[in-house]
Order: sequence, then structure tokens, then C-alpha cells
Amino acid sequence: MYKILDAKELTTNIYLMVVEAPRVAKNCQPGQFVIVRMDEDGERIPLTVCDYDREMGTITIVFQTVGAETTRMAALKAGDSFHDFVGPLGCASEMVHEDREALARKRILFVAGGVGTAPVYPQVKWLHSNGIAADVIVGAKNHDLLILEKEMEAVAGNLYVTTDDGSYGRKGMVTQTIQELVDEGKEYDLCIAIGPMIMMKFVCKLTKELGIPTIVSLNPIMVDGTGMCGACRVTVGDKVKFACVDGPEFDGHLVNFDEAMKRQQIYKTAEGRAMLKLQEGDTHHGGCGHCGGEN
Amino acid sequence: MDVLTKVPVREQEAAARAKNFDEVCLGYNKEEAMSEAERCINCKNAQCIKGCPVAIDIPAFIEQVKLGNIAEAYQIISQSSALPAVCGRVCPQESQCEGKCIRGIKGDPISIGKLERFVADWARENGIKPEPAKEKNGRRVAVIGSGPAGLTCAGDLARLGYDVTIFEALHEAGGVLVYGIPEFRLPKEDVVAKEIANVESLGVKIEKNVIIGKSITIDELIEDEGYEAVFIGSGAGLPKFMGIPGENANGVFSANEYLTRSNLMKAFHEDSNTPIMRGKKVAVVGGGNVAMDAARTALRLGAEVHIVYRRSEEELPARVEEVHHAKEEGIIFDLLTNPTEILEDENNWVKGMKCIKMELGEPDASGRRRPVEIPDSEFEMELDTVIMSLGTSPNPLISSTTEGLETNKWKCIVADEEFGRTSKEGVFAGGDAVTGAATVILAMGAGKAAAKGIHNYLSGK
Repeated sequence: MYKILDAKELTTNIYLMVVEAPRVAKNCQPGQFVIVRMDEDGERIPLTVCDYDREMGTITIVFQTVGAETTRMAALKAGDSFHDFVGPLGCASEMVHEDREALARKRILFVAGGVGTAPVYPQVKWLHSNGIAADVIVGAKNHDLLILEKEMEAVAGNLYVTTDDGSYGRKGMVTQTIQELVDEGKEYDLCIAIGPMIMMKFVCKLTKELGIPTIVSLNPIMVDGTGMCGACRVTVGDKVKFACVDGPEFDGHLVNFDEAMKRQQIYKTAEGRAMLKLQEGDTHHGGCGHCGGEN
Repeated sequence: MDVLTKVPVREQEAAARAKNFDEVCLGYNKEEAMSEAERCINCKNAQCIKGCPVAIDIPAFIEQVKLGNIAEAYQIISQSSALPAVCGRVCPQESQCEGKCIRGIKGDPISIGKLERFVADWARENGIKPEPAKEKNGRRVAVIGSGPAGLTCAGDLARLGYDVTIFEALHEAGGVLVYGIPEFRLPKEDVVAKEIANVESLGVKIEKNVIIGKSITIDELIEDEGYEAVFIGSGAGLPKFMGIPGENANGVFSANEYLTRSNLMKAFHEDSNTPIMRGKKVAVVGGGNVAMDAARTALRLGAEVHIVYRRSEEELPARVEEVHHAKEEGIIFDLLTNPTEILEDENNWVKGMKCIKMELGEPDASGRRRPVEIPDSEFEMELDTVIMSLGTSPNPLISSTTEGLETNKWKCIVADEEFGRTSKEGVFAGGDAVTGAATVILAMGAGKAAAKGIHNYLSGK
């Protein structure tokens, strides 16, 4: 069992939990992820790592309730435990292995969207602790849904916040801010974009035009997370890669986002049914037009 | 009683079992087992023992069954095997112990597998456990992977007095026994979990959710955690795909994914939190035991199922018994057929598969006749699900993070057969991680050899 030391709702439907997992914390690096199972019957849920503390032996996870299982998970409180908590999974961000001097010369731009702000944070923090300041754009639908602003401010070079409705910071999509920064004369050697698949797709489209190499972090469906099931396969250039062991970070200009987005829909009907069952109990047997149940 | 004919084993009716996940084979009762045991002529130079990768003293245990001393029979088997209830169910006895049985020359060989299964099941039902070591030596050995190789190695070492910890990457122990082999062939709660509990009762500790190579490396296990020797039994985990167009369409799964969802995550239960595709028309590509397992699972989930295999029935790598069961249940075999493309609809979902007919040509390196395409014989199958069961290759997580560990061109860890020694001192390996995908019992044989190797190594240290 893996004890939850702290649990809070950051904003509507986005939760942060600090979990005791010394083996994971010991070797965890920016860019990696974990898989959790809340109880004996739980599904294996891959989650990005938002922070780690080797001394305390803790991992901080941030997740959004997107289906029945994450909704169940959101009810966990400090003092409760996860039944299973495994990691770190996937490869560390490339920069971790890069020559520090060469890295320090790079002008790096992070683009974070929504809950994707969480996995961006440990990367910016890692750079900061190595004396490197990176620019960070954080995008959210509106002010209420913005997360980790203070934390990010403390480690970023420049932080640019943009909201879709203009309720806070700049107004518009993250791509608009990228364009504005470049128009203002900013130059970048590397962009790291993490957020909803559709956001990463459009960021990559723009950075390709702008000639900025871009890395994205993918979160496809997976089961074991160790390369065994192949559910997470993604086309990168002309090769099929497993996001769990080859990724989760890939060259964004080579990722086939359209295919990746369609692959995320595989269990949507089943997920919809499970969600309705959770909300309505066993009384729901389809026919609502939303869950995919036939009768 | 006809001494040339084996006592038939009771099975669930094909029509009934095609709709449930309960065990197909019902096994012998005591009376049937004793009657089958009567047929054994207790050869002095017993060939069956030579056919067993873990060298169970088969005539000795059968002799006890004959006398009705089932507890005695169990202790004889458990001296050589940590997982008799598993082996009695999934070993390819026809090519091992039973294949060598003298009785088999003129009639049916003794049903050694069914007898082993009976003895193990009887022991479990009567609360009989293997005997643990009398004295502990306190020396620590790490075993990576809780599949058949790891459990066997750990069990043997614990019996010799070692302090053994198994590290398992998944949330449940058992490896392929829990994620790969379906409930209807190998019940998880009643059989697998109980045999693992028996290994634990010998003093073996199992730490789950630890991925060696990610959570911790082998070098860290030795240097920081005080393990004096390590056995790698991490299996062959990475699924292969064909590399044909359309393979990333929604509705194409590796057999590993499909079976893991059903077996490990219990997705075959309607109320499981893990979803599984319940297709209407499914093609399973491949002809091995895993392909049969995937096909029979899909059938039980309500589909019309086709096995698509590029060679003929004779070359099917699956056990004859599995093929026979699959046919009985209504699986359709499309032999000498090879997929060339998976067809998708506008939303990326599988709608069919393009195939080409094959014929057999000259034998290839494996000795089997090579399948050759018949020109202009392409045709299309209408499908909503394709399951690729083309074999697996070893996971590089360990070899890529362990300095000085030699691998071959197939990325398998190099280890000697006699003692499982690798190129790195104190590190031993066996099972699919060394051989590539093989059988449960061969992995157990390798785990056993490595336990001897580790004992020799640590005794001389």
C-alpha cells in the first residue's frame, strides 16, 4: 500500500496528491510517469509525475477526472492509500542526459496546456536547479482552471499565462502566445509542449513553420506500462513506437497526431458506460444516447 | 480394465464451455487416478523422468497414487516442482514425460499430467503444503520476475535455506500464469494463487510493483541492498506485429494486450473496471498456444472467431490438445492464409483484413515447409477485431541497464544451460528472457538449473 500524505483539489476536476513511494522517488527523473491502481479492483491508470522528493520518498501526482476510474480516485483523502503505485516508467527527458554547458546555451520554451502544466513543472524545476532559466507558456480555458501558477513562477525564467476567454493573463490559445513572442523578437532553440493532444498538434504545426525543434509528451491508452501490451503504439515518422518504453516524449514534428487521437477513443463507449454506472448505479442500462448502450 | 487405454478425463461439454470462463478440463477423482496409476509398470530405467525438464520422480509418485497415498505422492513431486497444479494443466506432456512413456508404444501413454494435477489439487484441498527448509542460512538472493522460472528458482533456493525476495513488475505475482494463460485453462484464484502461496510458505518474499531497470537496477540490488546473487527470470514480454498497413487501426490488439486485459485485469467480468473489446467477428493471426488462448477468449466474449495461420495444420505450433479444444468450441481455422493489410473505416476502426492464400514450399531453417504466396489469390475478410499473436521478444529494460550483461542478436540474455550463469558475476538468468518465448515447464527447468548454479556459486564464496 502506498500512503497518501496530502490530497487537494487544485481546481474543478483537477487533483493533486502526494504519495509515499520511496522506490519510485529514488530514481525518478523529469519526463517519467507512474501507473497507479486505487484498490483491488482498480484499473491501471498511467499518470504524469508533477514532483518528486527523494529524501521524503514521495511522488506528487496531478490528475484530471476524465472517466469513472479517475472520478473514483478523486475521492481519496490524505491518510488513504493507493493499492499499487509503480514507476518510474518511460524514459527521462532528453535534457537530463544532455551536456549541461550545451544545454545552458539553449533557449528553451515550454508550452503547457491544462493539466499538462503538471508534467512540465518538474522539467522547468530541474532546469532551474541546474541554473538554467526557461520561458514557460501556460494555457488554460479560464482563470479558474489555471493550476500551479505560483510554483511555476518560482522556477521559470519568464512565465506567460494565457486563457481562452481572456479571464486572466493574455487572451487566446497557446499558439497565439508563441507567435506573439516570436514576433516580439524572441528566439528559441527548443520547444517542449505538453497538454491535450489537439493542443500539441497545433503547437507542432506552428513550431514546424517557425523552425523550432519540438518535443511532446504523449499519454496514450496503456495497460502494463513496461512494453508488454503494445496498446500505446504510436506512429513517429515511419516507425511504430511504444510510448511506455520508447517515450513518452517524442519529436513532435514526426508524431502522427490524428492517428494518436483516434486511438484514444478505443474504449470511449465502455468508459462512457462505466461513468454512467458510477453516477447512476446499476439502474442505467443504456438508451440514453450518450453511453453507447444499445437498448 | 484395458491396460492399453487411458482412463478418460472428464471435461465440460464444448457447447457449454464456449460460453463460460470455467475450467475446461475437470480432472480425475481419486478413484480414476488410482485406476490410471495401475497402468504404470514402474520401469527401472524410467524414460519419463528424462523427458521431464525438472526431473520429477514420476514412477515413485505414481506408485504412491496406486496405493492411495496421495500426500506421499505430493511430497515426492514437490521435491522437484514448485508448481505441480500448474504443470499438470499446461505442460506439453505429449512431447515430454508422456512422449517417452513405454506404455505409449503399444497403447496410450500413462496420463502423467492428469495424475500430477490430481495429486496437486488433492494436496491443496486437504491443506498439505511443501516442507520448508529446516535451517536458514540468511544469505540474500534476489529473483526478478514471479513467473514460472522465478517461482521455481526462488522455491528451490528457499528450500536450501536462502533468504529470497522476488521482485515483480506488475501488481500481481505469477507472470505469464496470471496475465497470459486464461482462467478456463488455469484457474487463477484456486490454482495459481495457491501455488504461489505455497512458494511463499517456504519463506520466499514477493515485492510487487518494482520494475528492475527502472525502479532499481541490478547493480543497486547488489551494492545497496545486500543481495549476494541475482536471478533474472523476466520473461519475453514485447509483442511482435506484422508491419502491414492498417496495424494501428482501432480494433487491432496484440494477444498480450487482449489476454492481459482479460486475465490479469479480469475484463471478462462484466463489472470489471478495465474495458475489453467485445468484437463480433474476430481474426487471431498466428498458430501458437497464445493464439489459441486469445481465440478461445474472444469466443467466450461472444465473437465468431477465425484463426488465420500462414502454414498448414501440421505446422501449428500449438499443442494438439489446445487445437482440438478450440475446434470443438467452434473456432474456424483459416489455414495457409496470410494477412497483407488491415482495412479501416473513416474513423480508424477495423472493418476487414486483406489476405492471400499460401501453399507450402521447401523446408526452411526451422525444418518446417516454407509458406509461399499463391499469385492472384487475395481475398478480403470482414472483421471488427484483429488480434496479433506472432510471438514476443525479450524486454530490454534489464539488459540495457545492467553493465556487463551479455545479450545475443535476438536481445536474449546469454546464460549457460547447466547453471544459468550470465557474463556478469553473481547474476544468473533463465526462462524466456534467455530462450525467447517457450513453455512454462522449460522456464521452470531453467529456474531449477539456476538455483543449483546460485547455490554452487554462494557455497564457494
